[in-house]
Amino acid sequence: MTTTIDPPERRETAVDKLRNGREAISERWHHAPRWVRWVLLVAVIAFFYALPNKEFYQYLGPIPTPGANFTQVMFTVSIYVLLAVGLNIVVGFAGLLDLGYFGFFAVGAYTVAVLTSPSSDIKTLWPWLLVVPIAIALTMVSGVMLGTPTLRLRGDYLALVTLGFAEMIRIAAVSSEFLKGQRGFNQIPHPPGQYADGRPVFGVLDARPYYWLVLTLIILVVIGVRNLTHSRVGRAWISIREDEDAAQLMGVPTFKFKLWAFASGAAIAGLAGALFAGKQNFVNSQNFELLNSIIILAAVIFGGSGNIVGAIVGGGLVAYMIERFRGIELFGVELYEYRFLFFGLVLVVMMIFRPQGLIPNRRRAAEFKDRRKEVIVGE
Amino acid sequence: MSDTEQTPAVPAQAPAPAVETVDQREPLLEVDHVTLRFGGVVALNDVDFTLYKGEILGLIGPNGAGKTTCFNAMTGIYQPTEGQIRFRGEKISGKKRHQITRMGMARTFQNIRLFPEMTALENVQVGADAHHKTSVISALLRLPRHWKEEREGREKAERLLEFVGIRSRMHEFARNLSYGEQRRLEIARALATDPVLLCLDEPAAGFNPAEKEELLQLIRQIRDTGVTVLLIEHDMRLVMGVTDRIVVLEFGKKIAEGLPAEVRDNPKVIAAYLGVPDDAA
Repeated sequence: MTTTIDPPERRETAVDKLRNGREAISERWHHAPRWVRWVLLVAVIAFFYALPNKEFYQYLGPIPTPGANFTQVMFTVSIYVLLAVGLNIVVGFAGLLDLGYFGFFAVGAYTVAVLTSPSSDIKTLWPWLLVVPIAIALTMVSGVMLGTPTLRLRGDYLALVTLGFAEMIRIAAVSSEFLKGQRGFNQIPHPPGQYADGRPVFGVLDARPYYWLVLTLIILVVIGVRNLTHSRVGRAWISIREDEDAAQLMGVPTFKFKLWAFASGAAIAGLAGALFAGKQNFVNSQNFELLNSIIILAAVIFGGSGNIVGAIVGGGLVAYMIERFRGIELFGVELYEYRFLFFGLVLVVMMIFRPQGLIPNRRRAAEFKDRRKEVIVGE
Repeated sequence: MSDTEQTPAVPAQAPAPAVETVDQREPLLEVDHVTLRFGGVVALNDVDFTLYKGEILGLIGPNGAGKTTCFNAMTGIYQPTEGQIRFRGEKISGKKRHQITRMGMARTFQNIRLFPEMTALENVQVGADAHHKTSVISALLRLPRHWKEEREGREKAERLLEFVGIRSRMHEFARNLSYGEQRRLEIARALATDPVLLCLDEPAAGFNPAEKEELLQLIRQIRDTGVTVLLIEHDMRLVMGVTDRIVVLEFGKKIAEGLPAEVRDNPKVIAAYLGVPDDAA
């Protein structure tokens, strides 16, 4: 038991202001009347639906990306947001360190590719929409298959095994004849739908419909995840994260709920993979580098692990930052080449000033606040 | 991931009369010649005693006597090397920990182990969830079962927080509660699992005499609701004041068993406690 007392009065520095800024916003948010919150929420969602229209984003100053089609970038960003929301269940709520999350994304994308593409060996050529639920189900199964032996392990071991899983998937994609390696699968069908004049809604040139589709699915997934976390399931996950032994002894079937966390996270990644394949039209082994797993994990921690809004903001910002460097030249060097250097710097700065993430869960924010007080006591 | 584990048929906790006499001697927990070895170390050596329904049994002994080890064997954390432990007539070994909890055994910890980043209320709700069945599907789709169990759990949690006297602190994070409040919260969380047997592992550690007196009251109240209590304790005075019977361990062996007064005068016990029968803190 460490005693915590209020720190002695001292002048507020710029750093303090930065630190306290979010707490003030969060305070205001939680004390705002319900209708204000709804209006703000609707406004934010409307903003993001409007964002990929050129008529809208041309007024947004430096936000659009100079070196890449902004609508395409927004699609990539939305996929990362979906992945961050899924990984946040596993890492943020259940506290299971999963370093191979992108492997599930690959399973989703490859399921769609194998079952729909004419270059696939089995040539089922099923339509995209039919395959999406199959992709999600298969990803969940792969999550359960990976989880059943490994979720009996704890901490470091789990991290290693999941890392191995992602590598296995990647190497299988590179070297297996069935998965076509570098050559990949082409002509993967797009999602269905036609305008009145017969043009397909989901075409090759315009990325906006895909972005809107993903955005809509993000909203549905977030509602689902919120339902889970505000229930017995979420309490079980958090109790496992907090103290697994105590949770077991209080009657929580920990293994079952860890498996569910894994399966739910995997299902979301599978959905993201299926959407990605349906948009790209082409899937090959280069899409699934290990680095992606690390980026998503970093995004979740950056945004604030254990908080759904934090995961959304983290996933969005990290994916956007990486793309934003494209096409900027400084002293004759393309900054995009150094994107991960900047990314690393930002992470280091974050860990110094906001180790709890941009928008931490309120509990964790409280914890870090306490710790600051303790440090001051020790001075 | 099917809901395979079914709740064993635990009869809804009978509101047993407070003064269910020990004479009836209905065994609840039988520690049957249990030996527990860790490599060459014999932590428990042929320990044998029975806990009867409705009593408060004290398990005492000097430091390192094997009290907590015995406790852990009883709650299914350690498997006995020899002998067996039966709870309500069923063998404990081979059962999963959460199943044992659902059979009606709950415990607190010597070093407090709450869920620090959950509120007091949520901590108790986790305990109440032990008998709930809502899983991913019902929670995801907000089926009626979810709402029903959520309401039940919440009401029960508030009631129990009221019972242990920290209801006003229910929205506080467990980590922010005072030491005494945390100990009380642990008891409330354990009670939320609807135990038939409540095992308290040194619940008075770090308490001052006034707090200890309050705790004694609380333990008696718990017994009066029909819950059998197993109390591991260091403080002899506390044990003498509240228990119906006492089992004394030393170096992993049972050296005495009986009524508090008998145990106090037992020369072996006096010797074990270095000739000080009453190590009154």
